[in-house]
Amino acid sequence: MLYTNLKHIESAAEHAKILGENGNVMVICGRMGPMCIPVYGIAEDLEDEYKHVKFCDLEFDNPASSVIRSLPEVRGFMGIPFTIYYKNGKVVKATSSIQSRPQVTTILDQVFGVPVNA
Amino acid sequence: MESKNHFDTIVIGAGPAGLTAGIYLSRARLKTLILNEGTVGGQMVLTHEIANYPGVESISGYQLANIMKKQAKNFGCNIIANIVIENIEIEGEVKSVTLSDGRSFTAESVILTPGGRSRTLGMPGEDIFKGKGISYCATCDGDFFTDKEIVVVGGGNSALEEAVSLTKYASKVTIVHQFDHFQAFEFAIEEARNHPKINFIMESTITSFYGSENLGSVDIKNLKTGLTTNFKTDGVFIFIGYIPNIEFISGLIEMNKWGEILVKPDMSTNIEGVYAAGDSIAKRYRQVTTAVADGTVAALAASNFVHEIKTKRKNLIPA
Repeated sequence: MLYTNLKHIESAAEHAKILGENGNVMVICGRMGPMCIPVYGIAEDLEDEYKHVKFCDLEFDNPASSVIRSLPEVRGFMGIPFTIYYKNGKVVKATSSIQSRPQVTTILDQVFGVPVNA
Repeated sequence: MESKNHFDTIVIGAGPAGLTAGIYLSRARLKTLILNEGTVGGQMVLTHEIANYPGVESISGYQLANIMKKQAKNFGCNIIANIVIENIEIEGEVKSVTLSDGRSFTAESVILTPGGRSRTLGMPGEDIFKGKGISYCATCDGDFFTDKEIVVVGGGNSALEEAVSLTKYASKVTIVHQFDHFQAFEFAIEEARNHPKINFIMESTITSFYGSENLGSVDIKNLKTGLTTNFKTDGVFIFIGYIPNIEFISGLIEMNKWGEILVKPDMSTNIEGVYAAGDSIAKRYRQVTTAVADGTVAALAASNFVHEIKTKRKNLIPA
């Protein structure tokens, strides 16, 4: 179980529904470990600023995580979290392991655009 | 002094010490700002289960940190996380902190609770192969290395215990350590030494990481002979301890030879109006409970200091 304040994705159907309803989605697929927690923390922090992005998490050990673990973009990844950025349902960027806030915001700005009030 | 960016106290760090200070200061109606370079909660959020925090039977570190954060915010504490401190000035009556994004804040007093972080090797290629062969967490990433040959760097308890735990997955584990002896407890050393899958390369260090898509090899330098050899490996786990987050105040405040901040019993430092608490101060025991206690003392002392300053200023103003 992920004890974050992010929207939890519990099933493949829910994953598909979120991608269908939101143009810009970031999904962090991980565990409650030292590499993943900082990325959840950054996402929680950015939710207010990046209102045009839907931030979610998905437990790595949940069978539903196959929707992420089977992506060609994560082939070769050997560190969690697997963080996937979706634009209109398509993967536009994927990262492996811990990321810093500047690394995350650089990607968000590039793939989803800078927040209007930034 | 009245300004949107002026505070009674700025707390630097949002681990248990910093959050506790934030709770106490805000509840005492002091205008308080917590600035934090990483995730709110500090090292505490990395603890899977805390079962010895009085009054709470069992809770994850993440949840406890979230409750503390909520408590501080509910009392009016401002918290800004995931920032980088560019400059800090703590001498003089008004202390100031400037962030890398250009924002600047001032305060009457400062409480330093910067905590610590995992040490990295800082060698070429480390950043490139992070998550693609390099890891800092066996529990997180161990299963990606099933039937693979890996290297563990370090010689303390974490390194040796994690090396043994990684043998559940890896076919071979090579421990690379810079000294000719280990710093770990004897039982951990013995368990690693007796394990058939574990080998040792002593008095050596990794100087470079290589690969294409994923990590493929490392350069290992023998520190005694100076000879460097290329070593094929599928993964490297780095466990070389923690370092206090004190770079931004280095040279500004009195510390001991290990970079730990020296404080008096009221958590005051050698600089007037500057206090320190938590894992970054010189002390023997580092627990969530001790950090919380330090944070409480620092907040009460800082609160008293701010009150005295304000009273003094008020008395100086002619009626």
